[in-house]
Amino acid sequence: MDTLTLKAPEGALSSLKRWFPSHASTWGILLLCLLLSVPVLTVLSSVTASSEGVWQHLYETVLGDYVTHSVTLMVGVGLIVLVLGIGPAWLVTMTQFPGSRTLEWALVLPLAMPAYIIAYTYTGLLDVGGPVQAWIRETFSLRFGQYWFPSIRSLGGAITMLSLVLYPYVYLLSRTAFIEQSVCVLEVSRTLGATPFQAFRRVAIPLARPAIIAGLSLVLMETLADYGTVQYFGVSVFTTGVFRTWFGLGSSTAAAQLAAVLLLFILFLVLAEHWSRQKARYHHTSNKYTRLPRIELRGWKKWAAVVYCSVPVLFGFLIPFLQLLKWSTETWHLLDRDGFLTMFGNSLQLASITAVIALLLGLFISYTKRLRPSLSLRGMVRVLGLGYAIPGTVVAIGVLIPFTWFDNALDAWMRRNFDISTGLLLSGTLVAVVFAYLVRFLPVALNTLDAGLGKIKPTMDDVGRSMGLRPLQILRRVHVPVMRGSLLTASLLVFVDVLKELPATLILRPFNFNTLAIRTYELANQERLAEASSTALMIVLAGIIPVIILSQTISRSRPGYDSRT
Amino acid sequence: MFKKLSLSLLVLCGTAAQADEVNIYSAREENLIKPILDIYSERTGVTINLVTGGADELTQRLELEGANSPADLLLTVDVGRLYRAKEAGLLQSVTSEVLSSVIPAQYRDTDGEWFGVSVRSRVVIYDKASVSPDDLSTYADLADPKWAGKICVRSSSNIYNQSLVASMIGHNGVEATQAWATGFAANFGRPPQGGDRDQISAVAIGQCQLAISNTYYLAGMLQSPDAAERETAESVAVFFPDQQGNGAHVNVSGAAVTKAAKNRDAAVKLIEFLVSEEAQAWYAETNNEYPVRADVPASALLQSWGTFKADDIALDALGIHNAEAVRVMDRAGWQ
Repeated sequence: MDTLTLKAPEGALSSLKRWFPSHASTWGILLLCLLLSVPVLTVLSSVTASSEGVWQHLYETVLGDYVTHSVTLMVGVGLIVLVLGIGPAWLVTMTQFPGSRTLEWALVLPLAMPAYIIAYTYTGLLDVGGPVQAWIRETFSLRFGQYWFPSIRSLGGAITMLSLVLYPYVYLLSRTAFIEQSVCVLEVSRTLGATPFQAFRRVAIPLARPAIIAGLSLVLMETLADYGTVQYFGVSVFTTGVFRTWFGLGSSTAAAQLAAVLLLFILFLVLAEHWSRQKARYHHTSNKYTRLPRIELRGWKKWAAVVYCSVPVLFGFLIPFLQLLKWSTETWHLLDRDGFLTMFGNSLQLASITAVIALLLGLFISYTKRLRPSLSLRGMVRVLGLGYAIPGTVVAIGVLIPFTWFDNALDAWMRRNFDISTGLLLSGTLVAVVFAYLVRFLPVALNTLDAGLGKIKPTMDDVGRSMGLRPLQILRRVHVPVMRGSLLTASLLVFVDVLKELPATLILRPFNFNTLAIRTYELANQERLAEASSTALMIVLAGIIPVIILSQTISRSRPGYDSRT
Repeated sequence: MFKKLSLSLLVLCGTAAQADEVNIYSAREENLIKPILDIYSERTGVTINLVTGGADELTQRLELEGANSPADLLLTVDVGRLYRAKEAGLLQSVTSEVLSSVIPAQYRDTDGEWFGVSVRSRVVIYDKASVSPDDLSTYADLADPKWAGKICVRSSSNIYNQSLVASMIGHNGVEATQAWATGFAANFGRPPQGGDRDQISAVAIGQCQLAISNTYYLAGMLQSPDAAERETAESVAVFFPDQQGNGAHVNVSGAAVTKAAKNRDAAVKLIEFLVSEEAQAWYAETNNEYPVRADVPASALLQSWGTFKADDIALDALGIHNAEAVRVMDRAGWQ
C-alpha cells in the first residue's frame, strides 16, 4: 500500500501531466524555489567563512545566554501552545457547553494580534508604572518592593506573550484534524470501554499528531524568528544576538553564522520529527463520516470547559483589545486621518496581492510535487520552508542582495551596450517587498496546501476516471471541493501574516509608502504606546474578518459537510 | 502571472525622476521629521520622498544599491551610524558656507561628509525624594558600590548606550572603561529592559533611584498628553554629570549627502534649511532637542534645567570605539 502510494501518487491525474509538458516545468519550479531560497541559502553559506575572532568573544560572553534563553523560549512557548491549542480544539469539536459555539471561532482571534502589539499592550498594563500595579499600591497603600509582582518584561513574559498569540496555529490545525477524524474510530474505542478522555488521549491525539506537529512547528519557527517582542523585553536570544553582532560588533559574517546555527537547529528538529513519524504511520482507517455527536457536558465539567476555553481568548485577545480601544479613544484626536486611510489601504493591498501570489505559487509547487515527485524538488521545498524561521530583517537583506545585484548588473550591461541607464528596477519597489513576504510566508501556504492535497487519495482520482470523468472534470469535481478549505486557509493565513509583518516592509518599501504596522512600530518605538494604539487596533480589526472566515471554513471542512443544513 | 503583476507593480511604484526633488533615507521616524519637510516642500516646491527605518538597515540598503541608489540624503539620530556610513564610503564631501559657519566644528565631520542638525545629552535622571543632587558627580561615580541595586538603564543593544561607553573608551581607554562597566552593571536595580522613558518611570515608582536617559525623553514625558505620565515625570529631575571634568555626554542627529546622490545641490540646500533658525527652533520646540547652532535658544523647558558643559570629544570617537564598547558591555554582563 505504501509503496504503491509512493510510486504512483498521481493516480489517474497523470493525464494532467500535459500541463506540465516536459521537465521544463519541474525545472521552472526548481528555479523558482531556488530564487525564493536565496535568503536562506545566503545565511547557510556563511557557515564556512571566517569571522575573525568574534565567535571567541561571543563564546566567552553572551553565547551561553543566547542558547539557554532561546531554548527556554521555545520549550516554554511549545508547551503552552499545546495546552492552549489542543484541549480547547477537542472540547469545542466534541462537546457542548455554554458558549462553545462562540468560542469555536473566538479561539482563533488572537491570530489577528501581532506579538509585538500584545507585548506593548501588556507592558502598558502590567509594568511598574502601569494601572494594575498603581491600583495595587493605592488600594493596599504599599510602596514598590513591598509586594510581589511578576516582571512582564522578562523571559517568562516573552513566553507568555508569544504563546498567547501563536497558540491558534495549533488550535486551528488540531481542530481540523479532530473534525476530519472518522467518528468510527472513536466509536470503536468507546465500545472497547474507553472513557471519552481515554478516547481523546489514546486515539484522537495520536491520529491528529501530524496536524499538531505541523501547527507546533509553525509556532516554533515564528518564535525563533520573533525580534520585536524579545527586543522590547530586553531578553537576549539568538535573534537579538544576530542584530547585535551584525550592527553592534560590526560583523555581518558572525551574525549570518548565528542565524545559520538557528536554521540548522530547526532543520534538525524538522527532520527528527519526520524520521520519528516514519516508523508509525497514521491513516484514516475508515471513510465513514457521520455528523459528529457532541457530548453535552454537565456539572463542574461544564464550567471547567468554559474556563479552559475562555482563558486563551480573554488574555490573548479580549484584554489587549479593550486596552487598545481605551487608548485609541483617548488619543483619537492626535490621529492623522488622511494618512491613516492610505496606510490602511496599503496594508490591505499588500496582504491581498501576497495572499493571491502565495496561493498560486503554492498550488503550482504542490501539484508539481505530486505529479512529478523528485528528490531534488522535495529537498528544495524543505529549504524553502526554513524561510519562515528567519527574522524578517535578515530576509529583507537576503532579498536586497540578489535584487540590487541584478539591477546593478543589468544597468551596467545596458550602459555598456546601449548607453541607457536602467537604474534600480526591482529593489526599492513593492516587488521586492512582496518577494520578501513570499520567502517568509510561502511555507505557511505550502504546508496547508500539501495537507489538503494529501487528503485526495489517488484512488479518488481513479474512481473519477472509472466514472468517465476527464482529468479537468476530476480537478473541478473532486479536487476543488476537497481543496476549497485548504485554499482559503492558505491564503487567509498569508493575508493575516502579511498584515502583521513589520521588519521586511520597513527596509524594502519604496519612498512615501507606509503601512499600519510601520506607523504602529514608529510610535511605539518612541514609547508613545497610547498614540500607537489606533493603528494597532486597525491591524487587529483588519485581521479579525479573515480570521473568522478561516474558522468558519474549518467548521465546514468536514468531508460530507452539507452547507444546506 | 507573477511577471505581469510585477510589471504592473513597477508602473505603480516606479519613482519618475523630476526636476527638483530630494530622496531621503531617514532613521528619524516619520512623525518627527515629516512636518518640517512638508514646510520646506510647500515653500520651495521641492518634492521630498521619504523612507524611514533603522539606521543600520537603511545604511545596508544604501550600500547594496550602490551608485544607482535613489537616496540623496541619509538622516540618522546618532553620530555612530554617520561615522559607519562614512567609513563604508557611502557619503560624499560637501562644502557649504552656510553649514560651516552655522554648525560648530565639533558637530560636523572634518571632511564635510556629515553634519549634526540637533544635539541631545545622555544624562542621569534621579528621584527627587530619595536622592540629593549633591550625591551625584560623574559617570564614573555610578560604578561605586553605594549605588548597588539603584540604577536603571536600558539594554546595551541600544546605540545611545553604546555611544556613551564608546566616549568613555575614547577618554579613558578600554581597560578603565571595562572596570567601570563591570561595576556599573553590578549596580543595576533590574535587568535592562524597555526604553528610556521606562527607566524614568521605574525611578518615579521607586524601583530604582537613578536612570540613564536622553534629555528629550524626560521632556517628552513632562509634556505628555497623559496626565499620569506628566505626574511621573514631575517626581524626577535631571543631573548633568562630569561638569567639573569632561562634561556631559552628547550625541547629534545628523544629515549626510550620499555618494550616489543625483540631486546633490537640492540635498545640500535641504540640510542648510534643517540648520536654519526656523527649523532649529522647530526641533527645539517640537522634539525638545538642543539646537545645533548657538544663536537659537533651547526650549523653555530645557532652559529650565540650566545650561551645562558638554563633552567636547571628537564625535568620530563614538563611531570608532562602537564595536569595542559592545564587547566591553558584553563582558560586563550588561544585557
